[in-house]
Amino acid sequence: MDILVCVKRVPTVGGAITLTAEGQAVDTRMSGFTISPHEECAVEEAVRLVSAHGGSVTVVTLGPASAEEQLRACLALGASKAVLLERAAEEEFGPIATAAALASVASAGAYDLVLLGNEASDTGDYQVGIRLAHRLGRPVATGIKELTVTGERLEARREYRGVAETFRLPLPAVITVREGINLPRYPSLPGRLRAKRAVIERVPVTCEPEGLRMRTLRVPAAIGHPATVLGHGVDAVPELVRVLGALGVLS
Amino acid sequence: MTVFCLIELDRPGNAEGQAAPTVADASLRALTLSRELTPPVPSAPPLPSAPQAAGVAAVVFADVAEVPLAELAAYGVTDVYVATSDSYAPLAWARALAELMAAATRSRDHDIHAVIAAGTDHGNEVLAHLGAITGLPMAAHCVSVSAGGGARGGLDLVRQRWAGLLLEEAVLDAPVALLTVATDAVSPAPAGEPAKVTVHAITPLLDDGDLLIRADEEPAGAGGASLATARVVVGGGRGVGSAEAFAPLEELAQLLGGVVGVSRVVTSEGWRPHTQQVGQTGTRITPDLYLACGISGAIQHIAGCSGARHIIAINTDPSAPMMSRADYALIGDLHAVIPALIAALRDRPAG
Repeated sequence: MDILVCVKRVPTVGGAITLTAEGQAVDTRMSGFTISPHEECAVEEAVRLVSAHGGSVTVVTLGPASAEEQLRACLALGASKAVLLERAAEEEFGPIATAAALASVASAGAYDLVLLGNEASDTGDYQVGIRLAHRLGRPVATGIKELTVTGERLEARREYRGVAETFRLPLPAVITVREGINLPRYPSLPGRLRAKRAVIERVPVTCEPEGLRMRTLRVPAAIGHPATVLGHGVDAVPELVRVLGALGVLS
Repeated sequence: MTVFCLIELDRPGNAEGQAAPTVADASLRALTLSRELTPPVPSAPPLPSAPQAAGVAAVVFADVAEVPLAELAAYGVTDVYVATSDSYAPLAWARALAELMAAATRSRDHDIHAVIAAGTDHGNEVLAHLGAITGLPMAAHCVSVSAGGGARGGLDLVRQRWAGLLLEEAVLDAPVALLTVATDAVSPAPAGEPAKVTVHAITPLLDDGDLLIRADEEPAGAGGASLATARVVVGGGRGVGSAEAFAPLEELAQLLGGVVGVSRVVTSEGWRPHTQQVGQTGTRITPDLYLACGISGAIQHIAGCSGARHIIAINTDPSAPMMSRADYALIGDLHAVIPALIAALRDRPAG
């Protein structure tokens, strides 16, 4: 089976998120970038499906020229082909334009399955996979934590508020996955070498403005109180027990 | 102006100790935000000929008999549209909403303004389908919304990014606003006085393709659900050091009547299953106490535990970000402190 995986380059955030002076973006001068976590699992899932059923894994990202870094990371994990939909560095595509751009790649090949993350960790729009599926005229299931492909059909499972939900769809289909569906491998050395040499197909894209437009970003007001230090090491355990009692968690 | 609000129900067996279905907490929050949009929009003077129909219209996929009408009325719902549905079918539900939108637009006395759902897996999914069907933009996880801003009936809104770690101020210009409401930001509040409710049974026109995407449903095991609802969560991070070293945390959790939760690095290392992960890509918890042991406090983890009423952090590093997010901090090695804490709790006189 031939699988297309859509990934997104997102800032790596550690202990804090800081914004650029104009509040238009996350300040990444002191951090790096990574593949949005759900999508890293989508790549792993595609590589596993192809090793079980045969076929190929193509990855695509919509991003700036520097998103080549994330495509090479996907190639190192086992993808065989990569496409960069290259946008201007400062341009942020909305979910409608993103789905349209991804659809142009998805419909150019005969993919049995298109995989995405359930939502990108940065913008959290929760809709690109569904809009893409509608453009392609294919069924879609989202937030999937377990995926089984049998012949021309797939079974996709997730949990929602104490209910196990199973979607049974014919291929070709679109599936968005969540972290936890698998544990992504570390790239092998041969994989990394292959990724370094691989040719990446570049397609320039420009974006149409959408009805939903960001004005500015802000960090919500913090709780704003320093922690009360109970003490150091085991000597502080009696004080810790007292606090647990005061918080009412000791029955 | 009318706002349609998709309602999810807690059903017996789905939620604990309830005989009749009730409105899900996330939907009560969505209804609360929906009411913000139902008064006539001040920036757009009404046409003299246009009737001033205003109210929240709830849309429920259930049997008419199980719809909690009194609860909906208390939240200001004036009309309830009920369609039967054997199981969750997001595309079919979105089709039904699109049909309601079209009918409301045609009739003019229900001039439709917005379709709103809870920012849950179901709410986001159904509204994304509706967005794709209609071509309209959709704003996910809104925390506030008000008329104004845009050129013509545009809305000013604030929505969550990074699972609530960042807020985006945005303008939504669309003939009908599609919004989902953050499940942890808007407090559910009933209307000043209960509304008078009219029930409308509807039968959406669907084809087989619409019902292709349908969930087979069965009760799930405890797992993630108990983490999401636990009163006490004992958290373990990189500082725990190995899969084996979680045994004392398990013992402590059991003593406190709670469960173990872990940071992302712990699941990436394979020390613990992903179902125990607390964070942006795991479970968001709301316990009375979160006891974070050996967790540095990466922002992705904070997104999952900021709903805790109290946080106590145990860490060797006083400058770890978790220490500044906590109410109380104990500076020390969890491998010494936790066994000592367990011993102290066991030695405590009964009662």
